[in-house]
Amino acid sequence: MDRWRRITAAQRTLPDEAVPVVLATQGTHGPVVHAVSAAGVARGIACGARVVDVQAIHPDLHVEQADIEGDQALLGRVALWARRWCPWTVAEHDGILMDVRGAAHLFGGEAQMLRDMHARFAMQGLRARLALGPTRGAAQMLARFGAQGVICGADDVAEVLAPLPVAALRLPHDTLRLLERLGLRTVGALADVPRVGLMRRFAGTVEAANPLLLLDRALGRSADPLDAPAEGARWLAPVRMAEPVVDPVPWLEGLAEDLAAQLAQAEQGARLLRVTIYRVDGEWRSRDVATARASRDALHFVRLVTGKLDGIDPGFGFDLMTLEALRVEPLVLHQDRLDGTHDAGADVAALLDRLTAKLGPQRVTWDAWVQSHKPERVEARVPVLAGAVEGTVEVARERPLRLFDPAEEVVVLYAVPEGPPARFSWRRVTFLMVRFEGPERIAPEWWRDRSGTRLRDYYKVEVMEGRRFWLFRGGIVGDARGGDPRWFLQGVFG
Amino acid sequence: MMSDSSYGQLVKLDNKHGVVDVPRPDVSQAVLKDALSARPFDAAVTAFVLACLPRSKAPVLWVQDRASRLENGRVYGPALKGMRLLRVEVSHARDVLWAMEEGAGCAGLAAVVGEVHGAPPVLDFTATKRLAMRAEASGIPVWLIRSGTVEGLSAARERWRIGSLASEVHPYNPAAPGAPMWEAELFRARGRSPGIWEVSHDVGKNGGENRLRFLPRSGDGPLEEDHGRAAHAAG
Repeated sequence: MDRWRRITAAQRTLPDEAVPVVLATQGTHGPVVHAVSAAGVARGIACGARVVDVQAIHPDLHVEQADIEGDQALLGRVALWARRWCPWTVAEHDGILMDVRGAAHLFGGEAQMLRDMHARFAMQGLRARLALGPTRGAAQMLARFGAQGVICGADDVAEVLAPLPVAALRLPHDTLRLLERLGLRTVGALADVPRVGLMRRFAGTVEAANPLLLLDRALGRSADPLDAPAEGARWLAPVRMAEPVVDPVPWLEGLAEDLAAQLAQAEQGARLLRVTIYRVDGEWRSRDVATARASRDALHFVRLVTGKLDGIDPGFGFDLMTLEALRVEPLVLHQDRLDGTHDAGADVAALLDRLTAKLGPQRVTWDAWVQSHKPERVEARVPVLAGAVEGTVEVARERPLRLFDPAEEVVVLYAVPEGPPARFSWRRVTFLMVRFEGPERIAPEWWRDRSGTRLRDYYKVEVMEGRRFWLFRGGIVGDARGGDPRWFLQGVFG
Repeated sequence: MMSDSSYGQLVKLDNKHGVVDVPRPDVSQAVLKDALSARPFDAAVTAFVLACLPRSKAPVLWVQDRASRLENGRVYGPALKGMRLLRVEVSHARDVLWAMEEGAGCAGLAAVVGEVHGAPPVLDFTATKRLAMRAEASGIPVWLIRSGTVEGLSAARERWRIGSLASEVHPYNPAAPGAPMWEAELFRARGRSPGIWEVSHDVGKNGGENRLRFLPRSGDGPLEEDHGRAAHAAG
């Protein structure tokens, strides 16, 4: 909800605070409520209810689409960020688990650490419900159903958990219904039931639906370890200068060799490099360079980065410079040929890198083909670093070697009833038509063009002294799409 | 293969592999060549250069500056018949030269073609000399297509001036333009004699021969014998 509020506030005006806002996801029978704003909670809207039902009760409801994947990505990032407090953190589907054992004293005790967490999450614009428990299950239950910031020791865990509803155990829906029919509404009531009876009742259920197992884990009677994901490796080569310098080039070679050695150790190749300088006045500047294929060639790094350093402002000098591989791919050494000749493909890839690094990705392109009747639309261009395009285009008729986009209008000096103009002027030169071929009619693409687009009749026209042009007439007389048809020159034949 | 003209000649181009060049010079193929346009708005230069490029799977680096893009338009992909173009579009002739030099040193390319409009100051004798030496060192054909007013010296090993002629007669429709004809003038060359030819291009289709046909314009006495011998030698 907080994430939605922040993203939306950047784009449009938020609804009033008093209006209940819900985020909806697609359920089995239409959209269901996924998250509720504070105003909605105050009016008693619950998660999981159907949106149409809630709308019937609250006509002023504001419904938005929830972005589940975005939320998960944010949680994953926040979980890594939360390693500032402890080394083991895991993002779950609706929360973050942190194993703070042995870390609390660094922040001045458990209560102090929870306050710190709360303040820092608030700084990020996120409201966090925090709870500290002796086991993973207990902390989860308390964070969702207990008071804000509750701290529970290992001795009194049973008493603290007892008043919570059984839903806190995160049981599936049918198990909850069953427990409710049995009259077991709180965790305490569940714990008071003899174990043998419960065990017999839920013998066949899976682990996640077995209330007894979950209760055992929450109370610390069985082990429930945390499986934290490994932090991504960083490929970074720093160099520190004894005193501030202005020219970064002499240091670059050492950095590149250092980084290449690190990458070689791990059999990785860099796809995206970033060079950063840290200036003496506290500022930093960085430049990114991408490569067409994974590489760990130090000389190649140097050549790529050198072109980029011109735009970097060293100010009064800098005393720390880093070269970092932001994106890496596995790269194993391989030998293409036995005769020791050069790999031409690698040469081209290196050339693409250099061209793109200096001229920019939009300037260096491969051709891609679009299914279209309009000549200027057939060609699309893709940046080379996005990968090569396979396939060729099939055009039945002859096409000009050079194309003007947009087509340029010609002035008709002497029109004839059928066919192209006998004399026309283009770019202030007058041409006399000798022979022509055509017309080739290309109708507008009604599924793509605006209404009112006129059809085109293309002619291949040879003028006196032998130049061949590709002219077209936009529209025909009396097609009710504008005035008299005009003539354009779109291409030149070889 | 001898010609079907009394003193013309036929140069057979390899369809699959190898360097295609006409008329076959004695020196190495991989040199810098200038191609000038005889008249403005004439795509005959482009067609001639494309016909001379080697047919291979490797991409062709095609560099264009902004002025030539506005003046002559872009090369249109569907007309290229399967040639892979690596396009670089820059705004200044300085960047064209830089990109061509980078490309000329790369053995994975089939050829490098650059287009410059007019005579910018950066495109002087020194720049073309550097480009020519780089092309000879790496063994890649490099073409420089120039349009507009072309002044100043060039270190290109061959300088061609290409213009359109009236096309051949269309086999089915006398009112329509047929296969293109060009006038090719080699006005400066190292290691061979200059001359003027009428050139037509037979596009090899379905196993046919892909060849450029060179017919000397009248008045080129000594050249005819020369080329007759060369054609004999070529077989």
